Amino acid sequence: MGTRSTTQDSSLTLVANAPAQFDVIVVGGGNAALCAALAARRLTPSVLLLERAPQHMRGGNTRHTRNIRCASAGNANSSEEYKVEEFLEDLIDVTGGPPNLDLAKLAIRQSRDLPHWMSEHGILWQPALAGTLHLGRTNRWFLGGGKALVNAYYDALSRMGIAVRYDAHVVDLLIEDGEFRAVTLMNGDAQETIGGRAVVVAAGGFEANIDWLKRFWGDAADNFLVRGTPFNDGTILARLIAKDARQIGDPKSFHAIAVDGRAPKFDGGIVTRLDSIPVGVVVNRYGRRFYDEGEDIWPKRYAIWGRLIAEQPGQIAYSIVDAKTIRSFLPPVYKPYQAASLKDLAALLKLDIATFVDTIQSFNRATAGNIEFRLTRLDGVKTRGLIPPKSNWALPIDRAPFYGFPLRPGITFTYMGVEVDSQARVIQRSGRPFSNVYAAGEIMSGNILTKGYLAGFGLTIGSVFGRLAGKEAANHAGR
Amino acid sequence: MQGADLIDEAGRQLTICNACRYCEGYCPVFPAIEVRREFGRADVFFLANLCHDCRACYYACMYSPPHEFAVNFPQIMSEVRLESYRAWSWPPLLAGSFRDIRKGIILAGLSIGLTIALALTLVVPVKLFAVHRGPGGFYTVVPFLVMLLPALGLTLYGGAVWMIGGIRFWKDTEGELPCPMSFRVLAQTVGDILNLKWLRGGGQRGCYYPKAHPAQARRLYHSLVYYGFLSATVSTTLAAIYQDILHKLPPYPYNSAPVLFGSIGGVAIIIGVVGLLVLKATSDRDPAHSPSLGLDYLFLIILGMTALSGMLTLLFRESSAMGIILTVHLGLVAALFITMPYGKLVHSLYRSLAILRHHLEQSQPHRNAQGH
Repeated sequence: MGTRSTTQDSSLTLVANAPAQFDVIVVGGGNAALCAALAARRLTPSVLLLERAPQHMRGGNTRHTRNIRCASAGNANSSEEYKVEEFLEDLIDVTGGPPNLDLAKLAIRQSRDLPHWMSEHGILWQPALAGTLHLGRTNRWFLGGGKALVNAYYDALSRMGIAVRYDAHVVDLLIEDGEFRAVTLMNGDAQETIGGRAVVVAAGGFEANIDWLKRFWGDAADNFLVRGTPFNDGTILARLIAKDARQIGDPKSFHAIAVDGRAPKFDGGIVTRLDSIPVGVVVNRYGRRFYDEGEDIWPKRYAIWGRLIAEQPGQIAYSIVDAKTIRSFLPPVYKPYQAASLKDLAALLKLDIATFVDTIQSFNRATAGNIEFRLTRLDGVKTRGLIPPKSNWALPIDRAPFYGFPLRPGITFTYMGVEVDSQARVIQRSGRPFSNVYAAGEIMSGNILTKGYLAGFGLTIGSVFGRLAGKEAANHAGR
Repeated sequence: MQGADLIDEAGRQLTICNACRYCEGYCPVFPAIEVRREFGRADVFFLANLCHDCRACYYACMYSPPHEFAVNFPQIMSEVRLESYRAWSWPPLLAGSFRDIRKGIILAGLSIGLTIALALTLVVPVKLFAVHRGPGGFYTVVPFLVMLLPALGLTLYGGAVWMIGGIRFWKDTEGELPCPMSFRVLAQTVGDILNLKWLRGGGQRGCYYPKAHPAQARRLYHSLVYYGFLSATVSTTLAAIYQDILHKLPPYPYNSAPVLFGSIGGVAIIIGVVGLLVLKATSDRDPAHSPSLGLDYLFLIILGMTALSGMLTLLFRESSAMGIILTVHLGLVAALFITMPYGKLVHSLYRSLAILRHHLEQSQPHRNAQGH
């Protein structure tokens, strides 16, 4: 620690005399950072974007996105409009109300002209993907998904002459009396300081920092899988908080879904998710069920399963289906464990055979006579006299072969971030904003989202606040 | 990779694509993936031939190497395509050209060499270097039947090998009988083929070729080669009509239809070939499959040189160089015909059939579709 503060002090002295090299420095390389750089470039030619990842991994969690939620008066996918009021109701419905209603309204209002702005910067569109038609009215799909979007934005940066550095690991922000002066970054062992008149931090959350998660979850965090970029370790978020930025959002909360337990530790993205849960049952490592698998239609419930599994012993669970239902959900990326009998399946999954067989047989007795389900709606095909119940799509698991998928919590993002005002300025603990520190994207989404999630809303927040932060930062630098 | 290993690796990657589906909007391959759950040899061969190597998906893929999922869709599809060409070709000895480019080069070289040797032994040297004008001038150098019979024989042979390949494609990819075929399916298929529709890279801004940005260059140059080739075929057909029905012997005037079609075709092919060669030489190697690239080069060079020598024959037809240029041109034409069933040109057959098979499949209710 001693060495660290020494280096900081020396660079502070150094910077105090050094001129700003850029008007606007953007820390981050995902959607929010890219939008900020593009918006800033409209007002000043002197913009630098610092992406921590190497070029092939650029784009943060945006790489794994596929659509953006926008209010509209009729959009390309549908002639039906998605009003600002309805959007806000959806948000309140899912999250129980945003901490900062004004910022939520700002994001939603400004989402209306995002598609046009995105098209202007080279984003191409496509119809809603098959199987996601329920979002066709509210969300817009960019062609090829998030990495294609990221590529298009980096192309736009290059066309507009915005400086970009990859492998740029920013380790600190130098702030004096509430005013940003410079960023410090590491080039291998060498430290480098770059001065700027304003900074936009769009460096994501801390979901890839297992040690940080352990503070709240203990060793259980070792069993979490991180669905996105391994670079979101929260370095910048931690530095901001250390420099008196006001924290917002529950630090223990994250958005997580059930992913295949065999998925990579980081960056498994969309393909490792499992949609088999509503068609069968889920048991924990003791072979017992623990939650209603048919509580609500899957698109509304898939996001609670990450947390449910995180709270189970060993942070593991098993999704069990049979020959009747194995083909009724989106094809999984890993082959299921397969066995001719329930006993054999229990042995294969290393579950207690007697308990597991009893769980399935009790479930089968409670679903006796249920023949068919309709996955597209709440079909009321349910268990009778079973705890926990399965409220819909409850068919007996009785036709061999039987299949099991191991499930782990797959974290998408964390909610905790820094508080911002309506100009995207980061607020200090005193309540006053830093004069020239702006934030956008996941690092400030806690102002609007504290739990739950609306599909495509992360990109909405990132785009709106990215543009806003970039514009305000450039304006400040020009003063 | 060969055989079952190759099919398994392609199946592994296709399974990842099927769980992801982000590329659904790019081309017909992805909707065709989505009506399947398992990927056996039939599926893999079909999908590989439906793939136009536009590379949009490669650059959009968050699982491309060095990600541990190592999805390199254009590369694995190219590799499978080559394997399928070999499997559907005949006889096995010559089909080996698809696995070993050296065999293809030897075949082309032998074709050129033998033709020239044949011409030289049959032609009196004085005639070869003399100036020939007026009707039948070419035939004083190489007699008509010496030109016609081998050409006819090779065309029939090539046609037969293609026919075998087409039937094998259909059986191997487990296509249903294309009859009765709806007018809609036929129109979609012909439209896609004539438009080179899927060289638009997702139907929008072109292939991601030669680098990571969408551009129309590949489609443009490919169109020039394609329509140039058709124009040259029209020229040959018209010349045959002139000669055998109208009884007018070549050479034909510069403003005659055979010369005009031939010249337009020749120039288009030369520009297209040079363009494609430059694109390929400067293209990104990561999504490429080197042996496939070798096959592309070999075909383009033979085709380009054929067109070039044809144009030179036209330009120098009244000089003493005509005899030797014509002989070389005929050698190249022979190489083009002989390597036709054993080189890159087969892609036109299999890709057309794959497009037809795709439209037939999509016009059926999806038995395998999953109703999520």
